[in-house]
Amino acid sequence: MLKQTVLNAAHRALGARMVDFGGWDMPVNYGSQIEEHHAVRKDCGMFDVSHMCPVDLVGADCRPFLSRLVANDVAKLTVSGKALYAAMLNEAGGVIDDLIIYFLTDTRFRIVVNAGTADKDLAWMQAKAAEWKMDVSITQRRDGDNALGIIAVQGPNARAKVWQVLPQAKAATEGLKPFFAAEVDQYFIASTGYTGEDGYEIMLPAGEAEAVWNALKDAGVAPCGLGARDTLRLEAGMNLYGQDMGETVSPLDAGLAWTVAMKDERDFVGRAALAANGQQKQFLGLILLDKGVLRGHQKVVTAHGDGEITSGSFSPTLQQSIALARLPLGVAVGDEVEVDIRGKLLKAKVTKPVFARNGKAVI
Amino acid sequence: MSNVPSNLKYAASHEWVLKNADGTVTVGVSDHAQEALGDLVFVELPEVGAHYDAEKEIAVVESVKAAADVYAPIAGTVTEVNQAAVDAPESVNADAYAAWLFKMTPDNIADVDALLDAAAYQAVADAA
Repeated sequence: MLKQTVLNAAHRALGARMVDFGGWDMPVNYGSQIEEHHAVRKDCGMFDVSHMCPVDLVGADCRPFLSRLVANDVAKLTVSGKALYAAMLNEAGGVIDDLIIYFLTDTRFRIVVNAGTADKDLAWMQAKAAEWKMDVSITQRRDGDNALGIIAVQGPNARAKVWQVLPQAKAATEGLKPFFAAEVDQYFIASTGYTGEDGYEIMLPAGEAEAVWNALKDAGVAPCGLGARDTLRLEAGMNLYGQDMGETVSPLDAGLAWTVAMKDERDFVGRAALAANGQQKQFLGLILLDKGVLRGHQKVVTAHGDGEITSGSFSPTLQQSIALARLPLGVAVGDEVEVDIRGKLLKAKVTKPVFARNGKAVI
Repeated sequence: MSNVPSNLKYAASHEWVLKNADGTVTVGVSDHAQEALGDLVFVELPEVGAHYDAEKEIAVVESVKAAADVYAPIAGTVTEVNQAAVDAPESVNADAYAAWLFKMTPDNIADVDALLDAAAYQAVADAA
């Protein structure tokens, strides 16, 4: 039995093509994935991401707990509402999950974790809080009486559309810089996203999600499925857990070094392993020069040894196939490499791992 | 509900087959297949003159989402490929029965009659 979000009936009413996404019955598209992709780059689209799991931390030890729990440093969070992207590592330095931490007060933080990893994440957090004897309560907000729905509204016109539908939220959110959140009554509105566009991620009481979804649709916001979400985040060079990173991959080899704060002596889980192993691979982009489509797990042949594509697809913005890949040290941006696609070696160019943001190609 | 024209024959692997007057057959992928794959962005077709046994991989169609093999519905030799489908893969989404992929001369034309008719293929598509 697949799990359903609170918006399941709304997706079906819109004629969505539903798929089993890690045990969740989710919309992959509502017709054309490419049109949905363009709607987000050029206008405004929305995604049901209620399968992701908000986790509330409350207690005197929130900061020391998070300081040891994740590889990024919550000391960077000094202004209420500020968000921090971070990797939660195991002792071997592998990524248990990537998550966003929102700082509300020194005794209250909210974390959002991935859908498929939520159960193991919660168990890990509970175990660490007990082991470190920390005063912090850890409460999931995806299921049960206090469940939240999450609607991501993304695109150059996203803010205006959200204010049209939720006028009460305008005052608190119009000055919101990227990667911040504001609380408006029961609504938690964050200027975060997974598309490379401006917009908001709105967490709200699950019972209100369908009315807001329908109001956004009536305001002209295009419903978008997980298919477009994947090509948008790929173009934006954003990692996907389980593909571009995972428990057996160091964040330093997955393009996440920028999220690992090693400058001071702060002790965090996985630090010793990262320090011992260092960086073994580099995480870069590829653009296919021949015709075809790059896909995850394809082998990349370079002058410095073989690498592997971790995510690949067709870029609707560039009209070419693009990929994120783990490549040997020594490969440089601009190099020409070959990708093994069904036994044929096709030419690709190495790029920085970001292809399009804010409506435009950046390659 | 996908479109399954009754004048065509079908393979359970989602190819359609049209018998032509000159003894060749025209082959494409079904409307159900294009809908399941989503927006197509790449089509790779066989070489003219190549011979394929039935159920062998003969072509590839790729959408934004996934790559799918196209299988030879019957044994035969490729006589023509539709370059327009290669140049505009989205034409297969627009009309899967107009945007054919290749033509072949069957080893045995009677093999066509053994394929699924529209009603039988509809049942396969509904169960998928």
